[in-house]
Amino acid sequence: MNRHLISAGDLAKDDALLILDTAEELARVSERSIKKLPTLRGRTVVNLFFEDSTRTRISFEAAAKRLSADVINFSAKGSSVSKGESLKDTALTLEAMGADAVVIRHGSSGAPHRLANWVRGSVVNAGDGTHEHPTQALLDAFSMRRRLGNLEGRKVTIVGDVLHSRVARSNVLLLATLGAEVTLVAPPTLLPVSVGTWPCEVSYDLDSVLPKSDVVMMLRVQKERMNAAYFPSEREYSRRYGLDRERFAKMPDEAIVMHPGPMNRGMEIAAEVADSARSTIVEQVANGVTIRMAVLYLLLGGEIA
Amino acid sequence: MNIRNVRVLGGEPVDIRIAGGVIAEIGPGVAGPDAVDGEGAIALPGLVDLHTHLREPGREDAETVQTGTQSAARGGYTAVHAMANTSPVADTAGVVEQVWRLGREFAHCDVHPVGAVTVGLEGKQLAELGAMADSAARVRVFSDDGKCVDDAVLMRRALEYVKAFDGVVAQHAQEPRLTAGAQMNEGVISGRLGLTGWPAVAEEAIIARDCLLAAHVGSRLHVCHVSTAGSVEIIRWAKSKGWNITAEVTPHHLLLTDDLVEESPVGAYNPIYKVNPPLRTRADVEALRAALADGTIDIVATDHAPHPVEDKETEWSAAAMGMVGLETALSVVQEAMVETGLLDWAGVAQRMSVTPARIGRLPGQGRPLEAGAPANITLYDPTVRTKVDPSAFASKSRNTPYEGMTLPGRVVATFLRGRPTVLEGKLV
Repeated sequence: MNRHLISAGDLAKDDALLILDTAEELARVSERSIKKLPTLRGRTVVNLFFEDSTRTRISFEAAAKRLSADVINFSAKGSSVSKGESLKDTALTLEAMGADAVVIRHGSSGAPHRLANWVRGSVVNAGDGTHEHPTQALLDAFSMRRRLGNLEGRKVTIVGDVLHSRVARSNVLLLATLGAEVTLVAPPTLLPVSVGTWPCEVSYDLDSVLPKSDVVMMLRVQKERMNAAYFPSEREYSRRYGLDRERFAKMPDEAIVMHPGPMNRGMEIAAEVADSARSTIVEQVANGVTIRMAVLYLLLGGEIA
Repeated sequence: MNIRNVRVLGGEPVDIRIAGGVIAEIGPGVAGPDAVDGEGAIALPGLVDLHTHLREPGREDAETVQTGTQSAARGGYTAVHAMANTSPVADTAGVVEQVWRLGREFAHCDVHPVGAVTVGLEGKQLAELGAMADSAARVRVFSDDGKCVDDAVLMRRALEYVKAFDGVVAQHAQEPRLTAGAQMNEGVISGRLGLTGWPAVAEEAIIARDCLLAAHVGSRLHVCHVSTAGSVEIIRWAKSKGWNITAEVTPHHLLLTDDLVEESPVGAYNPIYKVNPPLRTRADVEALRAALADGTIDIVATDHAPHPVEDKETEWSAAAMGMVGLETALSVVQEAMVETGLLDWAGVAQRMSVTPARIGRLPGQGRPLEAGAPANITLYDPTVRTKVDPSAFASKSRNTPYEGMTLPGRVVATFLRGRPTVLEGKLV
């Protein structure tokens, strides 16, 4: 494995399977009454969050703490960053504190790549701009594997704002590595012009893709996109690309529904679908902690007690 | 000061005798024993840059007229056009005269200020173009560079108005609505990297419109830093109509491509490659080279854009756009155009001295090296190859994309009206 986890594309198939298998072992620990392992005792993990993301931050925090690491939360608001400190100076500060791993969430695509130039510890990308979110892709793959077994040849449909989605980019790369067949579905305005070069299929028609899907992953669509003319109205988006009950009924019986959260119920996904037994949305949150434990464990070279 | 043993435009070795700042005689053995030994270097007419950011007044931390013109001299330039996007903006006779006077004071090369087209570069109201034209700085080139004059009526009026004093509007072609928040060329790489795309059409649409406007009102138009194959096609078509249009390309658009943002020796997302217009694809580079060779693109202009370290040592989206270029321009042109057989040295002289001087209406610059011409001369040794070392630059800034790259050639000496500004590669 690389020293950092910045892009899902950096993971060879063996690396990805190792993370998923390690997470499987760690999941068993999470089922114990005492969930804590001494593995990363004395190691320091910094959560460096330039964007508000309570969900991702507490997921990484729980993962690091269950491995007994010391956790420092560094959020941009109210810190030196909001007083104009540069990313480089923040990095040098963390370096001086002896961070073994820096988990970074940043609004600028590529910020984790830049950070990796300035710190010695491992850099874990917890979401950078509209680029990638590799641990989300890993937890999604983990969730799929738990429900469906081997992902080789499985048909995964990802629906929504691909253009601005770091979740979609990481999922396409990781799922291609794992041998799944991905189809992206979106209005043409919400696909990159170069999407034809990605290792996946593309469709504008959700209804034609649903009956052939083993997994349907709905992406959050930001209502602001409407103002930039990406689509005419929330209602039209929902009619053409939302997963409502009628569309849900077109999916094969064993197919599952996923969403990285936070959801717009009634926009990209109907409440009944989100809450159905075939939805993995709540499991995804639990699996997030497990997969992040596996990533920190493998990057920092701990041992399972 | 006389010069011996140089090859004018790469020809046979000759001497150049200079008297009173003017070339008195060119031929074998005319220089005498006390002359500067050119050691067989190529002699070119002093280079003229139509597109330089000297940053003074306002951003003296990035560059000053003094350091910028030192950088120009080191690059073989005897004249530069100083872009108007300073602080305050060069939109009045007062500001352009200040820049012009600073250039005269340091005298490393001639400084010709470019006047802003609109007040404050805001694209709302014409600046006092006539006052700048009539000032001591004698402004002939007008540009809102950094910003596009996107309002079609305002552009039309500017094109018409400057005819009264033989001026030219140099357009930074960038449709603003198509490039809101744009970070790099829109294509395969931007899609993968999740960076907001700067589509080629945003440049091409403005160039097409401006060519039509210039034709309609019978004005001359200059297109700054052409960066796409589509722009080349439009300009080729407009020129075929006989319209009075000129265009420039930067050295970096002749050599570098957008995939460097994803993969390079300095790491992914390194803002050293962030520039406006952005680096494009290999196909664009090939089209630009062909267009410069066949004359569709008239000149090379550096778009020398100095920035302090802290404006580049950041995450990509926070970084400033631009690259320094004066001290590497001739080497990059040799690499992209001469080594590839697309241009000979006469062609280089035409595109880096003669034609830019003509577009800028500089009668004392860009004259062929012959008796009676002002002794503006660049001596260039094309035989060496060296690693680019930014710490050796005369520019105050170090934001070069070529650091560590091996490029051909070296400016040996530069003469401004017979007076050396650079000798043995060093500032005089």
